[in-house]
Amino acid sequence: MYAQMIKSAGTGVKSPEEMTPEERRFQAHVDANEKVEPKDWMPDDYRATLIRQIGQHAQSEIDGQLPEGNWITRAPTLERKAILLAKVQDEAGHGLYLYCAAETLGISRDELTEDLLSGKMKYSSIFNYPTLNWADIGAVGWLVDGAAIMNQVPLQRTSYGPYSRAMIRICKEESFHQRQGYDIMMKMAQGTEAQKRMAQDALNRLWFPSLMMFGPSDKESVHSAQSMAWKIKINTNDELRQKFVDQTVPQAEYLGLTVPDETLKWNEERGHYDFAEPDWKEFFDVLKGNGPCNTDRLTARQEAWKEGKWVRDAMMAHARKKAAAKVAAE
Amino acid sequence: MKNEWPLWEVFIRGQHGMSHRHVGSLHAPDAEMAIKNARDVYTRRNEGVSIWVVEAKHIAASSPSDKGPLYEPSESKVYRHPTFFDIPEEVGAM
Repeated sequence: MYAQMIKSAGTGVKSPEEMTPEERRFQAHVDANEKVEPKDWMPDDYRATLIRQIGQHAQSEIDGQLPEGNWITRAPTLERKAILLAKVQDEAGHGLYLYCAAETLGISRDELTEDLLSGKMKYSSIFNYPTLNWADIGAVGWLVDGAAIMNQVPLQRTSYGPYSRAMIRICKEESFHQRQGYDIMMKMAQGTEAQKRMAQDALNRLWFPSLMMFGPSDKESVHSAQSMAWKIKINTNDELRQKFVDQTVPQAEYLGLTVPDETLKWNEERGHYDFAEPDWKEFFDVLKGNGPCNTDRLTARQEAWKEGKWVRDAMMAHARKKAAAKVAAE
Repeated sequence: MKNEWPLWEVFIRGQHGMSHRHVGSLHAPDAEMAIKNARDVYTRRNEGVSIWVVEAKHIAASSPSDKGPLYEPSESKVYRHPTFFDIPEEVGAM
């Protein structure tokens, strides 16, 4: 998922007796599957947790452009290039929908941008891995967008109205992303031996980082329990990861590629695949800033902001001049 | 950095839509740029044939705590709906 390890601000789920009358009314509203809207009363911790979750989600969309942008100028055909451009543009759009949703909670765009540029706001660990060969762009669409969809489809039912509406819009567009990725993988897997090796190499490197996207097991997490009671989170990390593996393994088989997990096996009894956990030590290390591309991503964001400054300033100056001229003419 | 562009609410009318619908918001320095940005952010897949933008600060909204006094009065007025009245079948379509 794009928002990993969200710590809710509170201390865990309160019993009805511990709640204030306002909190009880709020919980009943959420339990009845009614949406919470910006001007409604909400617990401070609900607001703070949502800002964190939507903020991370938004920044993941923004950072998600970087590994893919890496291949725009080197896409193998004009058609692939146009498709990749459209996909990267969608990611920018998704970031914007989500930032707008976060702003309805009372945080300003400036604050969100500052957190993006300083590295304070977290984003999905997956975007700190490099895209080394063209098949990586296929694998990113297939696996990374696939994992994102797994997380985002249930979030369409999340309790906060503006977040839910952003998710509905994003899910409508996301399916194109996964399909174009799988389409690249099919082409590569059915291509020359060298192309097939590239496809397998991409799967080898991106499989475990994709499983990490769902975050570590949160069965025991009080934060997760609170988020689920508030319907900010709908499924546990393990449920979503299992669903992703079950869906993806047959797709890899169709491509004739091997999932890089020797323990992977269909478990008849459970009706699910058994699979190996990713290396969680590596995951925490990447979150801390020590992944292969953390520094590159941070630098790219800061550079883009710096280089765009004259454009932003010029547009604002022009808008002010025009507004002044209009006042003068009246 | 404190030079934040104002917030605009975006309304779009689709090809067969009867009216403009709120689709989201965005930041832009002026109305002209807000429409251009709205084109890029909200109509990448033929969602619309007409865009309205209005600065968010100009929108007045009813308060959630007024929900009761504002909307309850209409709940008891079921006779405003045509199905309240039974018309004999012999009368025909009405």
